[in-house]
Amino acid sequence: MALLTRLAEGDRPALDFTLDGKPASGLQGDTLLTALLTAGEFLRHSDFSGEPRAGFCLMGACQDCWVRLADGRRVRACSTMLEAGQQVSREGSKPA
Amino acid sequence: MSEIVIVGAGPAGIRAAQTLVAHGLRPCLLDEAARGGGQIYRRQPENFRRSPVKLYGFEARKAVAIHQTLDHLREQLDYRPDTLVWNAEDGALDTLQQGRAGRLDYSKVIVATGATDRVLPIPGWTLPGVYSLGAAQIALKYQGCAIGQRVVFAGSGPLLYLVAYQYAKAGAKVVAVLDSTPFSAQCRALPGLLRQPLTLAKGLYYRSWLTAHGIPVHQDAHLQQVDGEQRVQSLRWRQGGVLHSFDCDALAFAHGLRSETQLADLLGCRFAWNPLNRAWLPERDSAGRSSLSDVYLAGDGAGIMGADAAEMAGERAALALLEDLGRAVDPQRTAFLETRLQRIDGFRQGLEQAFPFPERWAADAPDTLMLCRCEEVSVGEVRAVVREGHWEINRVKAHCRVGMGRCQGRICGAAAAEIIASESGLALDSIGRLRAQAPIKPLPFGVEVAP
Repeated sequence: MALLTRLAEGDRPALDFTLDGKPASGLQGDTLLTALLTAGEFLRHSDFSGEPRAGFCLMGACQDCWVRLADGRRVRACSTMLEAGQQVSREGSKPA
Repeated sequence: MSEIVIVGAGPAGIRAAQTLVAHGLRPCLLDEAARGGGQIYRRQPENFRRSPVKLYGFEARKAVAIHQTLDHLREQLDYRPDTLVWNAEDGALDTLQQGRAGRLDYSKVIVATGATDRVLPIPGWTLPGVYSLGAAQIALKYQGCAIGQRVVFAGSGPLLYLVAYQYAKAGAKVVAVLDSTPFSAQCRALPGLLRQPLTLAKGLYYRSWLTAHGIPVHQDAHLQQVDGEQRVQSLRWRQGGVLHSFDCDALAFAHGLRSETQLADLLGCRFAWNPLNRAWLPERDSAGRSSLSDVYLAGDGAGIMGADAAEMAGERAALALLEDLGRAVDPQRTAFLETRLQRIDGFRQGLEQAFPFPERWAADAPDTLMLCRCEEVSVGEVRAVVREGHWEINRVKAHCRVGMGRCQGRICGAAAAEIIASESGLALDSIGRLRAQAPIKPLPFGVEVAP
C-alpha cells in the first residue's frame, strides 16, 4: 500500500519505470521519492538494523532516501526527478 | 578569476544577488535546488498548475516577487542551479553539479544556506510515515501529496499550525494538532508578538480555522511514541500525566528550525553561542559581516528570523559587501534595513516565548530511543559515553558515532547536544560545538572533475 497520498496535480502524463525489477508507474514531475512512495511503503533499509526507511526531511538534508539507479548511481530520491524507463532499486533488507 | 559568490537561492540569496546586480556586479549564485526560491518559497515543478495563492496562501505575493526577481536576473547572473557546495578552503568552493566536480575561486562570498527543521526524536520516529514538518509541507507544496491519509501534526513553532492548516485545506484528513506549548506560555509571549501584529494574526487565523473545522488542537501535549509494523499505525501522547493515543498513518513533527551552518564553519567563520537559537551560530555584525573579511552571512542560515528578515538581511549583506569594495551605497537604505531587522529580532524573542523549547525532552528521553538515525545510536549509548567522563560533543561523537553518519549531525546534532548536556549536568553552551567536515553532503564515487 502507498505511503503518500496524491491530493492535487493528478492530471499529468504517466511515466513507466521499474522498481526492483517490477513494472511501476509515476507521473511527470514526480520526484523518485513521490513515485516510489505512492507505489510502495519504503525507499531503503537502514545500514545497521535493516529497518525500512522512507526519507524524513524531503529537502536533501537527512540523507535517508538514497536509492540506486541501473547505472550504479546512488541518488537522493527526494531531489531526483523521475524519468521514463528508469530502473530503480531499493537497497538492503532486514537481516535474516 | 575570483568571483563574488552567493551560496543559496532562497529569499536572502536572491535579494543579495539583486542588490549586487543593481550596483553593476555579476555575481555567481549557487543553489542546490533545480529551481530557486528556497524552502518556504519552494517552487513546484514546471508542469504543475496550482496557483501561487493555493501554494503559498497569505505569502503568495512575496513568493511570486522572489521568483520573478530571480527570473528577471537570470541573464545578469552566473546562476548555477543543481549545484552543491560541499567544501570550502583556500579561497575556493568545491562544487558538485550534475555529477561533475568543480572548484570556484571566490573573492567574496555571501552565505545564505537557510535552515532545516529542529528535531527532537521520539521512539518510533524512523518508521515510514514519520516526517519533519518541513518535509510534510514540501510533499504538499512541491509534489501535491500528503504524507499519509490520517495525519497528526506535533511539536511547536510557527510551521506547526501553518502546515496543519495547509493540509486540511488541501483535503487531507488531519487527525489532530499536538502543540507541546502550554497556553500560558503563549499568553506571556503576547507583548513580543505584538511587534508584528500581521504575523501574529496569521498564526491565530490558522489556529482558529482548524478549530472551526473540527480539528482537535491540544496544548501542553507531548509525543510519547510512534507505533507500527513497517509503518506508522498509531501514536501515543501525554498531556498532564495522562496518556492518550490516536490511530493514524502519518506524523509530521519538529520544534522550530535550526540554522544550516556547516559551510560557514568550513569557511572558517568564528562562532558564538546564541541562547535564543540554543545553537552556535557564525558571528555577524548588524550588516551581515562575519569574522572574516571575505565572508558575509544572511538569512536563516545565520540565525532563525524567517523569510521576511532573510530578504532584508540578504540585501543588507550585499550592501555591506559593496561598501567594503568601496562602492557608494545609500546610507538611508542600510539604516532602514538594520532598523527593520532589529524589530523582527524583537518579535523573534516573542516567538521563542510563545513556542518555548521543551526543556524536559532530554531528561525524559528513554535509553532505548534511537537518537541518530544514520548510525543508529541510542540515547543510552550516548549517556554511557558521557558517564565514562566524556562531555565534549566531538569526543562523544568519536566514541559512539552520534552525528557521524551521512547527515553529519544535521538531524540529530541539536538533540545529541541536549542529551549530553542533560546527562553531564553541564550547560548546553559548555559541551563544545559539533564541527563540520567536508564533504558536507555525501559525494558519489567516480565524480568527474570538470576540465
